Formats: sequence, structure tokens, C-alpha cells
Amino acid sequence: MIKIASLHKWFGKLHVLKGIDLTVDEQEVVVLIGASGSGKSTLLRCINFLEAPQQGRIFIDGEVVDPRGKNLHSIRQEVGMVFQHFNLFPHMTVLGNVIEGPAQVKRLARAEAVKIGMELLEKVGLSDKAETYPAMLSGGQKQRVAIARALAMRPKIMLFDEPTSALDPELVGEVLQVMQELANEGMTMIVVSHEMGFAREVADRVIFMDEGVIVEEGDPDLIYSKPQNERTQEFLSRIL
Amino acid sequence: MFDLPWDFTIIPSYMPLFVPVAFVTLQITTLGILMGLLLGLLFGLMRISPLWVLNGPARLYIWAIRGTPLLLQLFIIYYGFSSIARVPGFLAAVLGLAIHNGAYLAEIIRGSIQSIDRGQREAAYSLGMTRWQAMRRIVLPQAFKRAVPPLGNQFIIALKDSSLASTIAVHELLHRARVLWSSNFRTMEMLIIAGIFYLFMTTIFTLVVGRIEHRLKASEYRS
Ligand SMILES: Nc1ncnc2c1ncn2[C@@H]1O[C@H](COP(=O)(O)OP(=O)(O)O)[C@@H](O)[C@H]1O
Ligand SMILES: [Mg+2]
Repeated sequence: MIKIASLHKWFGKLHVLKGIDLTVDEQEVVVLIGASGSGKSTLLRCINFLEAPQQGRIFIDGEVVDPRGKNLHSIRQEVGMVFQHFNLFPHMTVLGNVIEGPAQVKRLARAEAVKIGMELLEKVGLSDKAETYPAMLSGGQKQRVAIARALAMRPKIMLFDEPTSALDPELVGEVLQVMQELANEGMTMIVVSHEMGFAREVADRVIFMDEGVIVEEGDPDLIYSKPQNERTQEFLSRIL
Repeated sequence: MFDLPWDFTIIPSYMPLFVPVAFVTLQITTLGILMGLLLGLLFGLMRISPLWVLNGPARLYIWAIRGTPLLLQLFIIYYGFSSIARVPGFLAAVLGLAIHNGAYLAEIIRGSIQSIDRGQREAAYSLGMTRWQAMRRIVLPQAFKRAVPPLGNQFIIALKDSSLASTIAVHELLHRARVLWSSNFRTMEMLIIAGIFYLFMTTIFTLVVGRIEHRLKASEYRS
């Protein structure tokens, strides 16, 4: 489904990703963990070219992604992204946010876009908020709208960058639940998150990153209970 | 020239004579600002472009216009071109105000575009939008909202600056005051009337901008 081969990213002199190799299969859910600054966000952002890596290749469905080529916009349509701080469009209603992609990018007729939008809002439990503006929503509701907005493009893969870390603790569950349902439906997902319960229950694989490299990966239960690498052990002892 | 002693009781009877020219002031200002907005949008967008062929000319324009007086710019348009073509005063005033305010509006628009969180653009890109779609659908609407107060302020500055058009024979408020006092010798009275008209227009406009601002803010808190 998605294959990343020896990916390198520098910010000026700062070498942030130092040769990442990663393959994610269709319907697989991968949880990415690692200390702040280890390059998790940068990796996700490189996958849909919000950052341009200087070296390495990314294949989606066997097709290499060329950021200079015309297919950048079409690749991005296939990769949904959910941000830590939601990044909802404040000047549009909840429904407006969700249909923006289908209506503007896919150029669907408005009625059709609205139909898709309402279905997705139903799915994330917010159909009663369709005409509300984002400023009136709780953090958990905002993040669910953001998930619906990304899904509206019918992506093949969803990237989540710490989707619950800006939320009050009592609102984390509703977002994780939506993500879990999505995983159960067979969505391919890469999730940066330190929610261990979610990782244990939903993830097929957990990947630990440190200083721009993948240090260890494996079955969630194994990673959390018997980490092999010293750095993984040290990191987990800090967050658990 | 001599002046008569002040007699402010004559003010009401002269007021109607200023009404038609108040509309001229309003016309120059409005046309100037509208054209200035187009220039400001164009040069503001050019200014934030990473391509120097775009941001270079924008920088040059903004630098030259903001570094010289409006009166000089008006004289250049009105007198400077007189060997080639006679630009009518009204047109020269509108063009001058447009070009002058365009530079300030470009900076206002640039500032408000750059104040929009980059996460907004990234969310747009992640949906597959092009740079222009993200600009038009996501960034500009929010930037314009944020620019309403400084845009309103610039409109008021332009309204007052339009009085400089009196020097190139445009029959606007200040020009009318001068024409009248040169025959009735009521200098202070005529100036006060012009002042009343300026104050009236700027006050109305401030109130209108305030209301627009309030409406825009409220619109994002509807549930
Ligand atoms: N746009 C940027 N410019 C410069 N440095 C950056 C930029 N984005 C991230 N970095 C740096 O890259 C490193 C990795 O950041 P990030 O990928 O956000 O880590 P994580 O998500 O794991 O916390 C950090 O040292 C961060 O300061
Ligand atoms: Mg991060």
C-alpha cells in the first residue's frame, strides 16, 4: 500500500530523518511512538509532502510519488491527514468544512458533496452540528469533524499526528472510538500517539522512533511489555 | 485680501452649497480605494510570492509610493504628464489615490495573509487543494476578515487625503470652501463647514466598519 525507502530530511543543517524504511500494508494500523523531536511529525508530513524530503522515495500503491510532478495533488487526495490542533476552517460551518474537499477539489455537485458530508457527520456522531461553526465545538467534536473532513476525500490511507494530545482527558475517548471504528472498517492508518490502550487494542504494529531512525518495531503487546532496545525501554519507562 | 469678523450664524445657510461637492469627495475616495484594493491585492500577493520576478516589482512599488508624498504623486499624474496628455483633475485624483493607497493596502493585505496560521494552508493542501485554491478558499476569506479594521482605517485616511485633490482643480469639499471664501471672505466659517462634512463622513464610516467587524465576528460563533 505505502512504501517508504531510505527517506532523509534535513531542516537546514538539522538532520531530522536519517534513512527511514517503512512499509505499511493495506488495512494495516501502525502506531508511531517516540520522544518529542524524534521526527514523527516530519515523517507523516513527508508522506503527503507537506515537507519535501531531500532523499529517498515514497511509493503509494506501487507508484512513486514525485513532488514536482502533477500527481502531487492527486496523491494528497488519497492521503488523509488529521492534525494535533484540528486546523478546521473557522469561517465555514461544520458541514462546510467536510464538503470543502469533495466540492472544491473533486468538483462534485453540491448536493452530492452534502450527501457525503452528512453521511460522514453521522458516522462521527455530529450530524446535529452540521450548521454550527467550529468555534462552538469542544475539542473532541472538532477533532471528529477533522476526521470526517479528511474521510470526505475517500482517502486510501489516513495519517493522524497526535490527534488526542491537545484534548482534555475526558474528550480523548470519543476520538479514539471513531478511530477504532475506522480501523475496524479496514482503513489503512499511521497514527502518532502515545495512547497505549489504543495501540494495544487497535494497532497491528508499533514503531518506536528515536532521533530520526526507526529503532524498534513489532507487535504492540511485545513492544510495550518486552521492549528489546535500550532506548525503547528508557522511553517507555518515562511515559508509562 | 481681508476677512470679515467671525459670524458663525451664517454656517447653516451655507451648508447646502457643500452637499454636491461632498459627493465628489466621496466618489474620489470610493473609486480610489476600490481601485487601490485591486492594486493592493495584486501587489500584496506578489509581495509574498517566493519568486523575485513577482516580489521584486511589488517591493519596488511599495517602497517608492510609501516613501514619497501623495501630493507629489498627484502632481506627477496631473502636471508631469501634461506634455503627453492632459489628465483631467478628477481622473488624476482617483488614480493618485488608487496608486497611493494600493501600496498601503498591499502591506495590510500581506500582513493579514501572513497572520493566518500555517496549519490552515496545510489542512487545505492535505485535502489536495492547489496553492491558489487554498489561497482563495481558505486563506483570503480569513485574511479579509482580519483586515477589516485596518482597511477601514485606510479608507478614512484616503477620505481625508482626497482633500489634496483641491490643489489640482477638483471640485471637492476643500476646493469649494476656498472658492467660497475668496468671494465672501468668510474663511473660518467655510473651513468649519468643510470640517463638519469630513467629520460627518468619517464618523458614519467608523460606525459602519465597527458594525461589519462585529457581524463578521459573530458569524463564526453561530451554532
Ligand atoms: N519547519 C521546521 N523547521 C526547522 N526545524 C524543524 C521544522 N519542523 C520540525 N523541525 C525540527 O525537526 C525535529 C523533529 O521534529 P518533529 O518531526 O516535529 O518531531 P516529533 O513530531 O517527533 O516531536 C525537531 O528538532 C524540530 O525542532
Ligand atoms: Mg509531532
